[in-house]
Amino acid sequence: MTAAVHVEPLPRTRGYPPAWWGMVVLITTEGMVFLALLSAYFFVRAGSAHWPPSGLPEPEMTRTSIFTVFLLGSSIPIFYMEHALRRGNMRGVKAGLLISFLMGAAFLANTGYDFTHMEFGWRVNAYSSLFHTIIGLHALHVLVGLLMSLVVQAKVWTKRVTPERHVTPEVFALYWHFVDGVWILVFGSLFLSVALI
Amino acid sequence: MNRPSRARLFVAALLCLFAAGCGQAGSIVNPKGSEASRIATTWWIIFALACVVYLVVGGLIVFAALRGRRRRGASGLRENAFIWIGGIIVPLVILLVIAGVTVNTTSALRNPSSDALHIDVTGKLWWWDVRYIGTNVVTANTFHIPAGRPIDLRVTSDNVIHSFWVPELAGKEDTIPGQTNHLRFTADEPGTYRGRCAEFCGLQHAHMDIIVVVDTEGDFGRWLARREALDGAPTSDLTTRGAVVFQREACAGCHTISGTSANGKVGPDLSDFGSRPTIGAGVLTNTPENLDEWIYDAPAAKPGTSMPQFHSLPARDIAAVTAYLESLK
Amino acid sequence: MAISEMPKSELDEELEEKWADMPGVPGFLNTVDHKRIGLRYIYTSFVFFFIAGALALVLRVQLAQPNAGVLSPETYNEFFTLHGTTMIFLFNTPVLAGFGNYLIPLMIGSRDMAFPRLNAFSYWIFLFSGLLFFASFVIGHAPNGGWFAYTPLTSKPYSDGINIDFWGLAVVFVGISTTVGAINFIVTIFKLRAPGMTLNRMPVFVWSMLTFSFMAIFAVPSVTVAAGLLELDRLFGTSFYTVGLGGSVLLYQHLFWFWGHPEVYILFIPATGMISMIIPVFSRRPLSGYIFVVTALVATAFISFGVWVHHMFATGIPPLALSFFSAASLLVTLPSGVQFFAWIATMWKGVVEFTTPMLFAIGFLLIFLLGGITGVMVGVLPFDWQVTDSYFVVAHFHYVLNGAVVFPIFGALYYWLPKMTGKVLDERLGKISFWTMFIGFNLTFFPMHILGFLGMPRRVYTYNSGLGWDGLNLFISIASFLFAAGTLLTVVNFVKSMRRGKEAGPNPWHADSLEWMTSSPPPEYNFAAIPVVGSRHPLWDQHPVPVAESADDDARRPLGVHGALEKEMTVTEGLDARPQDTLGIPAPSYLPVAVAFGVLLFFVGLLVTSAVIGVVGAAVGLFGVVWWLWRTEEDVR
Repeated sequence: MTAAVHVEPLPRTRGYPPAWWGMVVLITTEGMVFLALLSAYFFVRAGSAHWPPSGLPEPEMTRTSIFTVFLLGSSIPIFYMEHALRRGNMRGVKAGLLISFLMGAAFLANTGYDFTHMEFGWRVNAYSSLFHTIIGLHALHVLVGLLMSLVVQAKVWTKRVTPERHVTPEVFALYWHFVDGVWILVFGSLFLSVALI
Repeated sequence: MNRPSRARLFVAALLCLFAAGCGQAGSIVNPKGSEASRIATTWWIIFALACVVYLVVGGLIVFAALRGRRRRGASGLRENAFIWIGGIIVPLVILLVIAGVTVNTTSALRNPSSDALHIDVTGKLWWWDVRYIGTNVVTANTFHIPAGRPIDLRVTSDNVIHSFWVPELAGKEDTIPGQTNHLRFTADEPGTYRGRCAEFCGLQHAHMDIIVVVDTEGDFGRWLARREALDGAPTSDLTTRGAVVFQREACAGCHTISGTSANGKVGPDLSDFGSRPTIGAGVLTNTPENLDEWIYDAPAAKPGTSMPQFHSLPARDIAAVTAYLESLK
Repeated sequence: MAISEMPKSELDEELEEKWADMPGVPGFLNTVDHKRIGLRYIYTSFVFFFIAGALALVLRVQLAQPNAGVLSPETYNEFFTLHGTTMIFLFNTPVLAGFGNYLIPLMIGSRDMAFPRLNAFSYWIFLFSGLLFFASFVIGHAPNGGWFAYTPLTSKPYSDGINIDFWGLAVVFVGISTTVGAINFIVTIFKLRAPGMTLNRMPVFVWSMLTFSFMAIFAVPSVTVAAGLLELDRLFGTSFYTVGLGGSVLLYQHLFWFWGHPEVYILFIPATGMISMIIPVFSRRPLSGYIFVVTALVATAFISFGVWVHHMFATGIPPLALSFFSAASLLVTLPSGVQFFAWIATMWKGVVEFTTPMLFAIGFLLIFLLGGITGVMVGVLPFDWQVTDSYFVVAHFHYVLNGAVVFPIFGALYYWLPKMTGKVLDERLGKISFWTMFIGFNLTFFPMHILGFLGMPRRVYTYNSGLGWDGLNLFISIASFLFAAGTLLTVVNFVKSMRRGKEAGPNPWHADSLEWMTSSPPPEYNFAAIPVVGSRHPLWDQHPVPVAESADDDARRPLGVHGALEKEMTVTEGLDARPQDTLGIPAPSYLPVAVAFGVLLFFVGLLVTSAVIGVVGAAVGLFGVVWWLWRTEEDVR
């Protein structure tokens, strides 16, 4: 057998687990999906004299803004959860996950309401197709996030997640922040830029 | 034979093959139009640079591969300098030259002109609709232009994307639904030049030929006047019969013959059909026998065409229509 | 007794027992071993290669003569669509992923990838998407819109049947495999390198796969959106590409080519990575200009994202904008030139040994030189106006995607199959295969440049006589069979070597990188104890290559044999590769194939517009993912 040598370890903390880095790459590529869709949105918009075209109404601002606060706000309990996780405060973890879940669910409920009370359908024209698809895809990501949150919460409650081994909540937190970040872009592009310009 | 000689022989053979492409009719290096000429010149400059690069770098590859066999001992090659010069500096210089040539050529091409002849060209499935702006002249697939005058082809499509390409005159321009593109060039000398669709457009993309006849200015004027005066009037018993059949059957529902009541917009305008070299945008040569065959069963000759077959039409009627159409010049 | 005191055979037995996959079909379905998965990728890709190649030969028979009646226009259009789509999506991309899969953990001194189950999952997705795609051929409704499927030709009014849906859905489907694979490569390369393997000491092939993966992460979403929106238009009546309703057909082209151009570099870069491993070994010296080469890979990646509009030069975009893309397209050549001169310098300063892998490498150099030059030519905007969509560009892209990617792949087969199978390939047969391929390739594709000059457009099922195209087409068709025969000779060689090949031994080529440290084929666990790297060329510089010993902390426990016995790996810090943490290797699992199957059902549901099938598929997939997440902490410790 070849001689075995001693190797110096890294003299500081562990850093993020590989799964977390995997999620970083995943949200990068998913982010590119939204960037491609938003590029398509602005490409079509650049070629249109009026926006929204063909007399379609501008996007609803008031209710959407309120629930935007709910969604973006739901990142705060998640930040708290990550902090609690690092300190082994499992009660704090449970609380953070639950509050965030409720706020996210409220946002999704509002989106659901919007989809069942659409002023204009998906197929009317390119604007309507882009508008509903982008919001719908984001809502799908929120839904997946909420399902993930339930799984993570169940794992915390059944003690499958411990202060020492907590890959899933860490990874989930990153995903949830991503979902909120995408909404900033979507809300800014589809709603704010239309209302303000 | 050792490797360097083999390489040289190979290159020589390639150059011969290349030469085969020169001087051939229909070739982009046999230009007969302003744009094609400038592009051909650009090509020869780039080709010369390419040959030098290929021979030098190819030679280096062969030399480097074989060097170890012949010479013992370390090579004095300074790797970093070699990579900098060969891989960055020299290519950069060559590319800057090419970029300069590119910008220079491009700026001279496709510029609008105040005295241009405007022609609307619409790509169809699978033929070309051609209309002379400012006149009532409409034709299909084959059309005339004057030499020496700027031409502005306003190309579009009302279905899928096609691309208008007559290599001896100019590069290509896509015909895109929802927008009008412009292909601007000047033809150098009279002649007949063949082109075709260059964007995959479905089943019969292979049969969308274009024939551009370049006339002198005088001849073109006469041609245009003749076209404007076309009235589709039959001049014999047979062709009269043919005109009647044409109006009676489905023909008039799809095709227009100016001066008659045939006003269909689905298929190509047939007002000057007798003067066209081909049938079906290049599927068959335009002869009476072929036209009989085409009318009898167009889908057999050009699968996918919108033109229906006319098996039920008696042969005499088809012959009459053929004679009538061939008389339209 | 302590592990280090165990007699070797007892240790080997324990390791084998610990790591062995289940035999037969269960083991086939639930393995997470990167080597089995990598080989699977390679075998499956080559099956697609030969199918797509056969389709091309039939196309050439049709084109051998004017107005030949061998194929109807429908069939011709289906065949060339299948050919192009298969070669890009189901051969070139996955075969490189397969080599990456097999070699990366070995080259970086790791026992497996970071996410072994995800690795299995990405293979199953690739296989299922390929099967779904070819189901179209079996039922006689293959996609027929060309491999890039431009709208509005592929929109519902002009393509009414199910054909295009196979294309659109398969493209989205297979994109999942590429993306998941890329995530795995990136995390593995950054976090599982052996101690001492700083980024500066990483093999160039590993750098090339890292670049491949980053490019895929940024590019694949664009084609997913392009094809996804096409399918939404087709299946659900949306109006993204409907001109009359505000949609844009150029939007499709931009979305498609924003991926499409980087994609060809996604393919080219790993191929150059292979060349950068092969040329030094058979020049018997290290690669010249390592830093230049690595920088060139990264520079190519960045620049390649800025040139996509050169596929749209004839679409009527204003010339000023087009000029920018023309200039950028010229610029992207520079990094390739740098690599070229690094390879030449390596050979020049070394002593070249003309083994079969080296012949393929040199053949690649001569072919890519020509293909790169014609690439500069078509980057010249006005020249492209003449030759785009003609056989000139068909010649160009076959020189770069067939020649400059396939020749390195064949070289890689001859080079690494001995490591993978333990058997050497026949050198003489290999050389005959190379020469037949090289001559056949050039005789087939070079004349196509001339055909383009003579005005022959691409994607035509036939042509009229009298245009000067007849002789060249016949010549090309005959030559294509020569090229095909050359590729088949390698298959024969492979079969021969599996049956009666000589034992390869650990390092038949006296190469320098870590994969040559193990037996051939490597044991399931790759390395009993992880090597400690002190150079770019460990096997040339470190005699012997030392291995790490375990220590008590989490970070270093898996380094020694203990790690192999416990099926754990040491996570190292991204830049300097110093031990940081433990990562467990999960046990074999059916979850990857089950979730992949759920995804397949979902896409089938979309294809046949059956909500039931789609929902069942989504449910199966979702259930599998939840189960997967449920067990994460215990599975990977």
